[in-house]
Amino acid sequence: MNVIVQFLFFPGLLFTVVAGLVTSWYDRKLTARLQMRKGPPFWQPFYDVRKLMIKETCVPERTAIWLFLSAPLVGLAGTALASMILWRAMLEPAVTFAGDLIVVMYLLALPSLSVILGAFVSRNPLASLGGSREMKLVLAYELPFVVAACVPILRAGSIQLGEILSVPVVGSSLSGVLALLVALIAMQARLTRVPFDIPEAECELGSGVLIEYSGPPLAMYKLTQAMMLFTGPMFLLVLYGGGISFSQGWLSATAGGLKFLGLITVIVLIRNTAPRLRIDQAMRLLWGPVTLAALLAVALAWWGW
Amino acid sequence: MSKKNKFLSRSLFLFHLGGSACNNCDIEILDALTPKYDLERFGIIAVGSIRHADIILLSGIFNKKAAIRARRLYEQAPKPVIVLAIGGCACSGLIFRDSYNWDEPVGNYVPIDAYVAGCPPKPEAIIAAITQVIDKLQHPAPAGADR
Repeated sequence: MNVIVQFLFFPGLLFTVVAGLVTSWYDRKLTARLQMRKGPPFWQPFYDVRKLMIKETCVPERTAIWLFLSAPLVGLAGTALASMILWRAMLEPAVTFAGDLIVVMYLLALPSLSVILGAFVSRNPLASLGGSREMKLVLAYELPFVVAACVPILRAGSIQLGEILSVPVVGSSLSGVLALLVALIAMQARLTRVPFDIPEAECELGSGVLIEYSGPPLAMYKLTQAMMLFTGPMFLLVLYGGGISFSQGWLSATAGGLKFLGLITVIVLIRNTAPRLRIDQAMRLLWGPVTLAALLAVALAWWGW
Repeated sequence: MSKKNKFLSRSLFLFHLGGSACNNCDIEILDALTPKYDLERFGIIAVGSIRHADIILLSGIFNKKAAIRARRLYEQAPKPVIVLAIGGCACSGLIFRDSYNWDEPVGNYVPIDAYVAGCPPKPEAIIAAITQVIDKLQHPAPAGADR
């Protein structure tokens, strides 16, 4: 019962939705300021979701309606659960279970999976093109991300989030810095943001994977994207930066919050300064130099750097 | 309905439909979306799919073929949706109204909420029209009042 309340409210669904929407406002506002614009008001992401909830839901002809409508929920539930596990590990490092790192990795793959499902069931050629690109992108970024995640595992000697949290690898080792850089690039691809916004490709595929979605299901996808923008960088912080620790007073909690803000800022800066890659370039980049760098980081960690 | 309109007015996703326009109105619409005019202040962003659209900008003369397409796109958009006719051609056909391929204004095919005259209208005029529509959505005239 307690777990259900935690999943639905804090630190699960509701908390992640609100935090994700605030993060996406920060993203849009910073983007606007970088372009010398005024930018959207604070409540804009909330307005967007509210508006999408009252719009009509259009379903393509001759499609599997139940799959079309339930695909967005898969990603939403997966992200909320991943965020809940991360936050529980940060709030009470003692109560984590062995292998929760791997569970979080699986759960964070669900949003991509739900986008792919939704795209293919839309029966729209542009959506299936976007879906196939998303699939290739998943294959491309998972490899360097998993390899880079080996660095904190090696340093902490555990696959338990509670113990990984106690060894912030970035501050203490060269391999940690390298692994964080790799994971940051992989995270950019996971969030499908420029230079990896290949599946959505606004000016090329319309909106690609989401092209047939409207109304509440589209709101679910927008929510999932916002929640991922919050949960993804938080996962990086947990793996490499020691997370946000609440047990050592407000000073270290604030420091953790600032680290998170810094990560988001870097992700937004990359988004605003990079051009979009083609899918073959993205795969070559992620399987080539990025994976090599990840392997180098693991080797360094192995030799104790 | 008025609550729906209020929710809609805070976040308008803009879809631009060019119906054989001479490109001047298209350029002015793009101008209105540039950082200089910053439509995101009002929660307006351009979208590429008609399924995401809340506000459709029509530009161009919409000849016999294009007008049918405009109607079809309007039917594909999830309701409620707002339609703006941008430029003299979309409003009335302008100098093309005697053409062999032009039949009647696009307003006879699609219900239009606001007309923006001009050849081409300035970005300021387009933004003024959009803000007036937003105002109308937020403060609907009482029943029976002249709109």
